[in-house]
Amino acid sequence: MTEEPGADRGSQGRTGTSHAATELSGEAGAQAENEEALDRNAGADTATRPAPEGDSEEGSIGREAQLFQGSGLGKRRRRGGGGGGRGEQTVVPDAEFRSYYGRPVLKTPVWDWRIPAYLFAGGLAAGSSVVAAGADLTGRPQLRRAGRLGSLAGLLGSMYFLVSDLGRPERFHHMLRVFKPTSPMSVGTWILSAFGPGAGIAAVAELVPARWRRTWPARLLARSARPAGVSAAAIAPGLASYTAVLLSHTAVPGWNEVRDELPFVFTGSAAASGGGFGMLCAPVEEAGPARVFAAVGAAGELLAAKRMEQRMGLIGEVYRHGKAHRLRRASEVLTLAGLAGTVLVARRSRTGAAASGLALLAGSALQRFGVFEAGVESTRDPKYVVVPQRERLEQRRRDASAAG
Amino acid sequence: MTGNRLSGPLDDPAGDAGHAEHPPRVGFFTDTSVCIGCKACEVACKEWNAVPEDGLDMLGMSYDNTGSLGANSWRHVAFIEQPRSTGRQDPGFLGLPTGPTGTGLMADAVGPRLRASERGGSELGTGPLDGPKAAAEQPVGQPAEDLGMPAFSRPGDATGPESRTDFRWLMASDVCKHCTHAGCLDVCPTGALFRTEFGTVVVQQNICNGCGYCVSGCPYGVIDRRPDDGRAQKCTLCYDRLHGGLEPACAKACPTDSIQFGELDELRERADRRLAQLHDLGVGEARLYGNDPNDGVGGDGAFFLLLDEPEVYGLPPDPVVPTRDAPSMWRRAGAAAAAFALAGVGAFVSSAIGGRR
Repeated sequence: MTEEPGADRGSQGRTGTSHAATELSGEAGAQAENEEALDRNAGADTATRPAPEGDSEEGSIGREAQLFQGSGLGKRRRRGGGGGGRGEQTVVPDAEFRSYYGRPVLKTPVWDWRIPAYLFAGGLAAGSSVVAAGADLTGRPQLRRAGRLGSLAGLLGSMYFLVSDLGRPERFHHMLRVFKPTSPMSVGTWILSAFGPGAGIAAVAELVPARWRRTWPARLLARSARPAGVSAAAIAPGLASYTAVLLSHTAVPGWNEVRDELPFVFTGSAAASGGGFGMLCAPVEEAGPARVFAAVGAAGELLAAKRMEQRMGLIGEVYRHGKAHRLRRASEVLTLAGLAGTVLVARRSRTGAAASGLALLAGSALQRFGVFEAGVESTRDPKYVVVPQRERLEQRRRDASAAG
Repeated sequence: MTGNRLSGPLDDPAGDAGHAEHPPRVGFFTDTSVCIGCKACEVACKEWNAVPEDGLDMLGMSYDNTGSLGANSWRHVAFIEQPRSTGRQDPGFLGLPTGPTGTGLMADAVGPRLRASERGGSELGTGPLDGPKAAAEQPVGQPAEDLGMPAFSRPGDATGPESRTDFRWLMASDVCKHCTHAGCLDVCPTGALFRTEFGTVVVQQNICNGCGYCVSGCPYGVIDRRPDDGRAQKCTLCYDRLHGGLEPACAKACPTDSIQFGELDELRERADRRLAQLHDLGVGEARLYGNDPNDGVGGDGAFFLLLDEPEVYGLPPDPVVPTRDAPSMWRRAGAAAAAFALAGVGAFVSSAIGGRR
């Protein structure tokens, strides 16, 4: 054992020395696969094993190259188990790491589609309540009605998605036992609890049938609608933004790594959906502020998402591939189209406004599903846990040795 | 208690959680260098805690047919086969021609199939690892059904040099780390997860409503939701036995004292001594994992002596409690909320200024 205590962390089983082991088994052909397996464990070997006779180094490299190249091994190929470093350096410049039989380190989130659906519904509720309150205060009754009803729909959707996704839905009220600042879900529960009554009262006031309007409960409701709606709008920014922390405050690499940009993506998305809903449901003459709100939100979402994509390192892979990529591309296209429509045609054409609003709503929803999916994907592969953490450790070690 | 309440070294987590008078913090020191892979810990844990069976499957991962920690496995013994010896041990094959180990092959057979499974291998007792998708990822020329386990026989069982392997087995009993700063506990919105007076982390089953946040909050991938039950489950460090003055079932059952239970301070000293001893014996690759209060989770209540990098055992090399970044995340969310509010107010103000639009 020539390794020194402590020195082995970085040197063991990595690269460079790997070929020593390929020579150990002279037989070609049938053994080739196994040699490859042996080869990846070899780095650690060299310290303990007497240097073997170099019988066929070239041959084994050739076989190995064949194994790697001729078998359709793409970038996804990696070493696992107790395996050591990658044998053939030149073939696939992939992130090199070890794992336990390729098993994921983290647990995949137990949440299903209802959580991204909630993210969208919550954003819609927040955005719509702002539109409703503004419309109420500036005398735009139809936009107000649209906003309040959109807010209620978003709220009811949120509550359904959240409660039904619990393992024990009948215990949903256990969320109300405590207020825990360290738990974004607890913070969110209370934000939603504070938002709900205001948004609910304002929306119900819109729904009172004409023949009951003269009764005293209806009059009370009508009078409390404005303060209720304004209070909901005051809480809406919290509702729109906390969901980003909800995702980022996890060990899930795909969500945790984007923690700086995600709040802006989500609030932009919420504004776009709220404004878009107003454009969809209110006449063009009243929907001016909704268009501005939607356009600013959509632009903010697109910019923040771009910045998020540029800043991501290895984790960016889960955003650039597969289902998450497709969802977010669709979101981008729809949001861009909705933004263009909002700016160019929504002022003149009712149909154009409705189409733009729909595009923004769909773009907002797909953004949430895309981000959610990217996070889930990042837990399914140990690479996204091991490689960044290993780099962090190496960096710290370099810093320490530079300082010391 | 001041400072480091979200991350960093914290001397007294139980006190920080509000236990005025409490016993010393306890934990596990799992010395994997003496683990023999008997899985008595897994069995004892299941027996004592009435943890349900999680499927009887062959996973194709050496002798590990448990797979991972989860809702129905609170102890998990990992098996890793490596073509090398430990320290100055002579496995009897030095200098002899040796055959291959199957570890890498196993990993290549198992890994892609796991990713094709429903929760990417997060589920316990993963069923038969097969399927067209997995088969498609297999290298050409290797049958998809071959789980690649040429190392089933013990070294030296067969005759002929091609069957021999210079070989060591790493076995390690993994468990919940009972972190100083526990990601699961921090994010639990119901208070079901709590810090006990012993400094451990336990789920109150009558409170948990199965929101699943802890599952994503744990940087080690330990806690999980039990599908048929809907609640989060994990090691309690035998909270009930601790109350009775007994050591946890797994430590009690461990025949080699690989799992050592005790007061954390004492265990840390013991681990340091064992590490020095192993280094003296030439086992330079021995290292402690989770013992450092300065790490990303403030040190683990259950820590380990490992003979290879943590990721080889399926452990994260540098776990960090997400709560560490909570202040900065909320600041960013606050800024985004302000921008949202500004956009809302601005939309109506600009329309008012701009006239009848």
